[in-house]
Amino acid sequence: MRKILIVGATSAIAEQAARRFAADGDALFLVGRRADRLEAVADDLKVRGAHTTGTHVMDADDLAAHAPMLDAAEAALGGLDTVLVAYGTLPDQAACAAEPATAVAAWHTNAVSQIALLTDVANRFERQGHGLIAAISSVAGDRGRASNYVYGSAKAGLNAFLDGLRHRLFGSGVQVLTIRPGMVDTPMTAEFDKGPLFASPEKVGGDIHKAIGKRRAVCYTPGFWWLIMTVIQSLPRAVFHRTQL
Amino acid sequence: MPDSAHASWGRYPASRPAAVTRATDRHRAVPEAATPVLAYGNGRSYGDSCLNNGGTLVETRGLDRFIAFDPTTGVLDCEAGVLLAEILALAVPQGWFLPVTPGTQYVTVGGAIANDVHGKNHHVAGTFGRHVHELELRRTDGDCLHCSRQLNADWFAATVGGLGLTGLVTRARIGLRRIEGPYMDVDTRRFDDLDTFLKLSAAADADHEYTVAWTDCTARGRAVGRGWFMQANHKPALGQKPDPRRRGAPAFPFTTPVSMINRATLRPLNTLYFHRRWRSAWRDTQHYQPYFYPLDGIRHWNRAYGPTGFLQYQCVVPHTDARASITELLERIAAAGAGSFLSVLKVFGDVPSPGLMSFPRPGVTLALDFPNRGRPTFELLDALDGVVMAAGGAVYPAKDARMSGAAFRQYFPEWRRFSAYVDPGVSSSFWRRVMEEAQ
Ligand SMILES: Cc1cc2nc3c(=O)[nH]c(=O)nc-3n(C[C@H](O)[C@H](O)[C@H](O)COP(=O)(O)OP(=O)(O)OC[C@H]3O[C@@H](n4cnc5c(N)ncnc54)[C@H](O)[C@@H]3O)c2cc1C
Ligand SMILES: NC(=O)c1ccc[n+]([C@@H]2O[C@H](COP(=O)([O-])OP(=O)(O)OC[C@H]3O[C@@H](n4cnc5c(N)ncnc54)[C@H](OP(=O)(O)O)[C@@H]3O)[C@@H](O)[C@H]2O)c1
Repeated sequence: MRKILIVGATSAIAEQAARRFAADGDALFLVGRRADRLEAVADDLKVRGAHTTGTHVMDADDLAAHAPMLDAAEAALGGLDTVLVAYGTLPDQAACAAEPATAVAAWHTNAVSQIALLTDVANRFERQGHGLIAAISSVAGDRGRASNYVYGSAKAGLNAFLDGLRHRLFGSGVQVLTIRPGMVDTPMTAEFDKGPLFASPEKVGGDIHKAIGKRRAVCYTPGFWWLIMTVIQSLPRAVFHRTQL
Repeated sequence: MPDSAHASWGRYPASRPAAVTRATDRHRAVPEAATPVLAYGNGRSYGDSCLNNGGTLVETRGLDRFIAFDPTTGVLDCEAGVLLAEILALAVPQGWFLPVTPGTQYVTVGGAIANDVHGKNHHVAGTFGRHVHELELRRTDGDCLHCSRQLNADWFAATVGGLGLTGLVTRARIGLRRIEGPYMDVDTRRFDDLDTFLKLSAAADADHEYTVAWTDCTARGRAVGRGWFMQANHKPALGQKPDPRRRGAPAFPFTTPVSMINRATLRPLNTLYFHRRWRSAWRDTQHYQPYFYPLDGIRHWNRAYGPTGFLQYQCVVPHTDARASITELLERIAAAGAGSFLSVLKVFGDVPSPGLMSFPRPGVTLALDFPNRGRPTFELLDALDGVVMAAGGAVYPAKDARMSGAAFRQYFPEWRRFSAYVDPGVSSSFWRRVMEEAQ
């Protein structure tokens, strides 16, 4: 039985991953902004086999709320061995381009608050000498693109932060996993026309569950995104600038 | 362009909603829409009762959370977009089974309620709605009603079998049925005519929980109604044989350019199946999956009917004169060289259905598929309606895409009382069609 904290537990992707953990009989502590939704997810996971489910309401933008939340999670589960950071927002790129404050707010949620949270978690895990830290980034962080570079750059910051954290914790017994999903059919992408590249949250949640089980360092999900992003990253700038990506 | 992602199972009629939204949070109101809304479960209805041409579909599959399950009482509380397949995966290993199941497990709880579905155990268990202890109904005006046989009983009666028209069902509490294991004890025997079917059924219903027959819809004259009769019970625990989890059923890969079920294949297939075994009776043990859901073994089997799709026809005729009415129906179908391979006969019991608009009622029910050949198919189905109306029977809306408004209103005499419960913000292609010349 693992003791797993999920921050952003009402995310469609996180919920699917959590169903796999529940089926494994893991103990889960679920954090999110809305109490009624968290309860609905927790009840479901309990029926699906979770050993225990705790819930905690927190807005991750409020950095001062992180440490008390982590204390509560440790107290509820009797320690922690896995943390999945799943929350995020997909800001409207046009609004970010027009208004500096909007771009900064998107960065606050998708990069700054995550760095704050992950730093606290990393220190706790380093002290206890074991643990697995998993964070959902995005393929959008692999190369800045006109259509979503504020979101993409926050994810890029998160990627580099996680790379460095993994380097720092090498040999400490603490593992760091960067999850890079492609396009996923969730509430975050509700306004998009869904093409064949869209994956289901079940698929991505299942991949996350597997990657955590295998203690991987980086996980592209679905796996073919690794190839797509390798191509996109290697496009010469002259060609890249002519694309509509 | 029609919307193939939100077609019905018969892939007829073509339909295009003006908008599609999703319900994912049961605490929230029905999503706002510019046009009338309709819940879309898993699209396993055959005709147009799950379609809303020009309106807004509200996908309910995102409401897929369990709320509570008590393995000592078998009472399950869940959201309305949960699939029966998901309930089985949860409950069977804990010794519980669906109280009533249709011939596919890929339907949602909300869909099972809205059509008040029935199964092979209708003669003992009645319809699905009888096992719903309580449901939560969200109206488009923001009201949220808790309904049961005691609480808001009139709303409960309107919503069970209410074709999604009374509002969005967001959760339901259901009583499951105890089982000792996943296996079934199945008795199969050939019968040569309709009389024998009726006798076998009368004899079997007393000590078998499940009875149903396959019938050869190409047989005529003295052989009319011949087929295979299957009676079954849940098997008492046998050893600790592991539950074989079936996964990744093969899919029918594409829509065939013409229907695979046509005049050339229909008779040989049926005749071969009737004579499929030398022995005329045997008994065996089957896992519940192939027993209850043989068609779920091939995903997208509906594609085999080609691009024009197909129509299902399921009717029930009262016991008096059932023999004569079913004979006439089958004779007309055979004479037209229509029908298919999937023809089913079953005797409904007299357990009352809980819904104002529930289809099941005492009598004999016949269900079969018809490849859509255009006019001749529709003319034949109208003729069948003539027989069913004269017999005082009914046709099942979950499988219908064409019955006339007049026929519908005769089959469902409570329609006027029911219409008072229809949510003014909800409509469906089916409802508009059968209400066209009403008032
Ligand atoms: C192979 C096969 C075998 C079948 N066998 C049987 C059988 O043996 N017995 C039987 O009775 N039926 C049978 N059916 C029909 C099927 O059980 C019903 O059509 C069922 O209602 C389909 O459920 P669905 O979730 O796919 O709903 P849909 O087909 O998507 O919708 C059906 C109706 O339910 C409404 N609805 C769905 N969800 C909600 C909700 N949350 N709130 C309010 N309304 C809602 C819709 O508006 C629509 O009116 C069979 C179908 C197939 C394909
Ligand atoms: N969907 C995609 O195509 C895609 C692709 C690549 C990566 N991702 C990443 O996957 C992760 C999960 O997203 P998803 O697709 O599952 O979308 P989702 O269902 O919309 O989930 C996003 C979640 O983040 C939560 N959240 C947002 N801001 C928060 C805050 N300040 N504090 C606490 N919680 C907050 C939301 O909570 P509320 O319910 O309270 O709003 C919601 O539960 C995100 O990191 C996203 O960037 C998604």
